[in-house]
Amino acid sequence: MKVHEFQAKEILRHGEVETPRGVVCHSLDEVPRALKQLGGSVWVVKAQIHAGGRGKGGGVRVVQSEGDALGAARDILHRPLVTPQTGPEGQIVRKLLIEEGIGIQSEIYAGLVVDRSSQRVVLMISPEGGMEIEEVAAATPEKILKTQIDPEVGLTTADASVAARFAGVPEPLIENAARFIQALYRAFWDNDASLAEINPLVVTTSGDVIALDAKMTFDESALFRHPDIVKYRDLDEESPAEIEASDAGLSYISLDGNIGCLVNGAGLAMATMDIIKLYDGEPANFLDIGGGATTEQVVAAFKIMLRNKQVEAVLVNIFGGIMRCDVIAEGLVTALKQIDTNVPVVVRLEGTNVETGRRILAESGLTLTVADDMDDAAAKVVQAARS
Amino acid sequence: MSILINRNTRVITQGMTGKTGRFHTGNCRAYANGEAAFVAGVTPGRGGQNVDGIPVYDSVAEAKRETGATVSVIYVPPPFAAAAIDEAVEAELELVICITEGIPVSDMIKTRRKMESSSTILVGPNCPGVITPDEIKIGIMPGYIHQKGRVGVVSRSGTLTYEVVGQLRKLGIGQSTCVGIGGDPVNGTKHKDVIKWFNEDSETDAIVMCGEIGGTDEEDCGRWIAENATKPVAAFIAGATAPPGKRMGHAGAIIAGGKGTAREKISVLRECGVHVTENPAGIGELVKSLIS
Repeated sequence: MKVHEFQAKEILRHGEVETPRGVVCHSLDEVPRALKQLGGSVWVVKAQIHAGGRGKGGGVRVVQSEGDALGAARDILHRPLVTPQTGPEGQIVRKLLIEEGIGIQSEIYAGLVVDRSSQRVVLMISPEGGMEIEEVAAATPEKILKTQIDPEVGLTTADASVAARFAGVPEPLIENAARFIQALYRAFWDNDASLAEINPLVVTTSGDVIALDAKMTFDESALFRHPDIVKYRDLDEESPAEIEASDAGLSYISLDGNIGCLVNGAGLAMATMDIIKLYDGEPANFLDIGGGATTEQVVAAFKIMLRNKQVEAVLVNIFGGIMRCDVIAEGLVTALKQIDTNVPVVVRLEGTNVETGRRILAESGLTLTVADDMDDAAAKVVQAARS
Repeated sequence: MSILINRNTRVITQGMTGKTGRFHTGNCRAYANGEAAFVAGVTPGRGGQNVDGIPVYDSVAEAKRETGATVSVIYVPPPFAAAAIDEAVEAELELVICITEGIPVSDMIKTRRKMESSSTILVGPNCPGVITPDEIKIGIMPGYIHQKGRVGVVSRSGTLTYEVVGQLRKLGIGQSTCVGIGGDPVNGTKHKDVIKWFNEDSETDAIVMCGEIGGTDEEDCGRWIAENATKPVAAFIAGATAPPGKRMGHAGAIIAGGKGTAREKISVLRECGVHVTENPAGIGELVKSLIS
């Protein structure tokens, strides 16, 4: 689960990770009060959306007067912000974070992520703060230090100090920086984060170590024990289709093509997208309805897929295991009668009681095409999308 | 032979008194030698009860001592599943198969750390289980689609495995053992482990592996195959059309050195002498061409 920068910073501050002081504004009226509250003469106005690359899209502005701050807020707030990660339509900015300006001595990159191959949390540190870490990894991988963290020990002072030195932190500040990195790890671990990126982490002109930016995502499987983080969920940042899908217990990702896919199981769902492409079609979505495939789920899945007006044909590919094909076929028929769509539907059923399942589909009176196997299904759905 | 499990395997169900554990244990008992194989259930606090004739114990250690079982299968709900794995590992079982989906990643990191000094094999979590056709089925896969034979199957995905087995069945090709290793980022057995076991198994002639985008397990496995495998390996990697970055977090890709795409995996596997098809409907035919 993603959270906003200001929320990540709240979590970090709670874990004694230092951040700039800031105030969240939802409207222009709140801006002057925020500036007064923060004091000083330099502020940063930052768009709060879940997508990254906000600086590149003009969503982060340094301002030195109330007039400039209002101007920046007017430019950003309630408008779509287009960044390399939002897609061309952008994402509407509904909140601003206004922070005190910070005098920067040096910028560092610090990231924590779960590494599948070592099966541990790994700390990544680089002196190239403020750069895209992917670019650093591609161009100068020697500038990234990776430290595997033993879950039984945590991040040791020794390892954190080595990392701080690697990042070029001046010697008198190593202890301070190491303490920061250790606190960051504890905030990551205690909150079941799956990613934490502080880019940049800065050493200020007054010698403080502080998280100038913060990005955190959290393990969805662990949210049951973090009600405080669940509260941070911002439905405005999710598409209606994604919200509906997660409410129905479906996994849905929208894509650019015109063939909707409804499949049980993530691996088979990806394989179905792959075979559509092999037959020169373009999948409109990834949609995994899970192992069960109940009528309610199928109805929800069709509604979500057909919201996308680009969809010109739908392929249903279900391998019924424990859930029998006759039950799935009945669910499909009920769902399709409820949905009442003109979009052609190709159904490929396989597994337990497949003959009965196919007969139920054939006798349903619905105009759907039944396919024998995945090749046949892909060929038929690509054809249907074209005609 | 076969790998991991056979007709003589004796199994404990952890989470026996729950709806899922009871339902699937019933199905497993109805398959081949299942009636004799599933000898105990464990649910803390429910010791002394029995479920459908199977005695329930309070702990894995007790169930092992009383029945001699060496394998467990876990259907415990996600918040408690990692602790259930820990318990089976502490009881020194030989094999633990964890079906549970949705275990917190940090729980699995801790569990895998504890397992570093253990010889217990973990399959899963978030997997369909393991089946040796006509002998024993431990997990949630439909037993009847399988048939006994000499092709080993290993996969990260449940229904995609059924798809492959379904294709093999239509071509009359049976399986020695099918292993679902699960799709979680932090898990037990890897593709490479299973392929190593199949390579050593006298009753396996060829191997099918189904991989997915993400991580570098398939590539690691390919390198092992290039140097060690004496049997033909067929592969399919799901996710060639998946848009990059939709699932994996941005820094996650860096650790793998920007790898983990289907294209990368396919090219490494091909260089390593693995027979890769890009058509998921063509896996059965590919295997047929390798064994005839």
